[in-house]
Amino acid sequence: MSQRSFVWFCLLPLAVVTTAFFLLPMARLVVAGAEGPHGLAGYLAILTEGRYRATLINTVLLAAATTVVTLIVATIAGMFLQRHRFPGRAVLIAMLTFPLAFPGVVVGFMIILLAGRQGLIGDLSNRIFGEKLVFAYSIYGLFLGYLYFSIPRVILTIMAAVQKLDVGLEEAARSLGASPWAVQRDVVLPALAPAFVASGAIAFATAMGAFGTAFTLATNIDVLPMLIYTEFTLAANFATSAALSVGLGLITWLILALARTFSGSAVAAAG
Amino acid sequence: MRDRLIFTGQFIFTLFVAAFLVVPAGLSISAGVTVNYFRGIQSGVTLQWVAQVWELYAGTILLSFVIAFATLAVTLLAGVPAAYALHARGGRLARIVEEIITLPLAIPGLAIALALLLTYGSFGDFRRSWLFILVGHVIFTMPFMVRSVMAVFATVDIKTLDEGAASLGASPWRRFCDVIVPNALPGILAGALMVVTLSLGEFNLTWMLHTPLTKTLPIGLADSYASMRLEVASAYTLIFFVMIIPLLVAMQLLADRDNKR
Repeated sequence: MSQRSFVWFCLLPLAVVTTAFFLLPMARLVVAGAEGPHGLAGYLAILTEGRYRATLINTVLLAAATTVVTLIVATIAGMFLQRHRFPGRAVLIAMLTFPLAFPGVVVGFMIILLAGRQGLIGDLSNRIFGEKLVFAYSIYGLFLGYLYFSIPRVILTIMAAVQKLDVGLEEAARSLGASPWAVQRDVVLPALAPAFVASGAIAFATAMGAFGTAFTLATNIDVLPMLIYTEFTLAANFATSAALSVGLGLITWLILALARTFSGSAVAAAG
Repeated sequence: MRDRLIFTGQFIFTLFVAAFLVVPAGLSISAGVTVNYFRGIQSGVTLQWVAQVWELYAGTILLSFVIAFATLAVTLLAGVPAAYALHARGGRLARIVEEIITLPLAIPGLAIALALLLTYGSFGDFRRSWLFILVGHVIFTMPFMVRSVMAVFATVDIKTLDEGAASLGASPWRRFCDVIVPNALPGILAGALMVVTLSLGEFNLTWMLHTPLTKTLPIGLADSYASMRLEVASAYTLIFFVMIIPLLVAMQLLADRDNKR
């Protein structure tokens, strides 16, 4: 066998698996989205129909809030951990990154333990204020859950970016009389911008598509993945759920692709 | 003085964030071995909940391992040769293929699961077997294996080694087994750990693809969160932690070793 045909042969198993179980089904999904009573217009329902549009806006706002808060929290913590050496630092980093591998359902359960009916926050607020604070099953609980799984991912990216910063630039700025705040604002934060875009895009896309956490917490939270799920299983509305999931996939893919062209590094979402 | 203040402030903030992540996991571990969580740990320590989980859900744990290792086998057999082919061929086609197999990371699992259901849902025997879940896991984890192996090829001068062996008369197959695979081993190992970890914890796809007879661990977890008492759900989560933490530690050790080199 020649080298050339051997290389093709090596590619064959992957090509078969990907075509049969990814490309073909995705094409089927796109077609199914247009097989409803409204045909191709079914794809516009996500924008034209009030209930779907409200859910879409809800999901985008929640994902945006998650992204902004995660970036702020992760930048403060990540900068601190990368710039200082102190006893217990390695343990702290391990604590901040170990939830990386938690599936969405487990994250949901963590939030129930924090803010659920038997949760820690309710217990503490009951002792201090005499009132039990329970918010795990609302949109705030979901928000907390999304923070829980995006903070570890983003912290790792920020720490790697801080490590690559040129400390000389900050020293130069300081020696020219810039205040510490001005150094952060004009030197450090702009240099971190690509890391913000890359990790922010991951956090946003993950929060848009996350299903496990919402599934565990949701009694009545309107986010896109839950809507797709209920349309498919409860309403057996295959065309609508297909159209909605194509729309959702397109949004998350587009955000990650944009972030990649901007920051120039590979970006992927999971969860 | 001012620096000291900023340091302390940042330190406390970071501790607070770490507590947010670790305290619920700690609560879950302690609840899993507490006689009565509502009355607290002073009600006694017990393994009865763990035993009950084992009785109820042992099948899900077993199936999760079967699927994780089957996923690993498929990603190794299809992913490692493909990574070599993509590296050796290079150019536009390789970039497009890499782009396509990475797509499942950018598309929510729910959408991929729906696509699989719409396409293969009517193939009854396939739909009802665990192979249906395996297919989803393979699609979802494949990019991690391929990219992890390709990352190694980018640092080792595989082309020179390959050509050297070829000039000595080794056949392509022989070179693949004796030159390519041994050199790719660190990447294969990292990819394998990632694939197994992700497969064990996968929920989004699996929830749509499973049947009452093909429940994996995360499916069982969701089930216990919805219908079991808190202690049982916690004990089940504890078992999951025990399974997943060695994998995470191994991954970290591997990454540290690579950094030192």
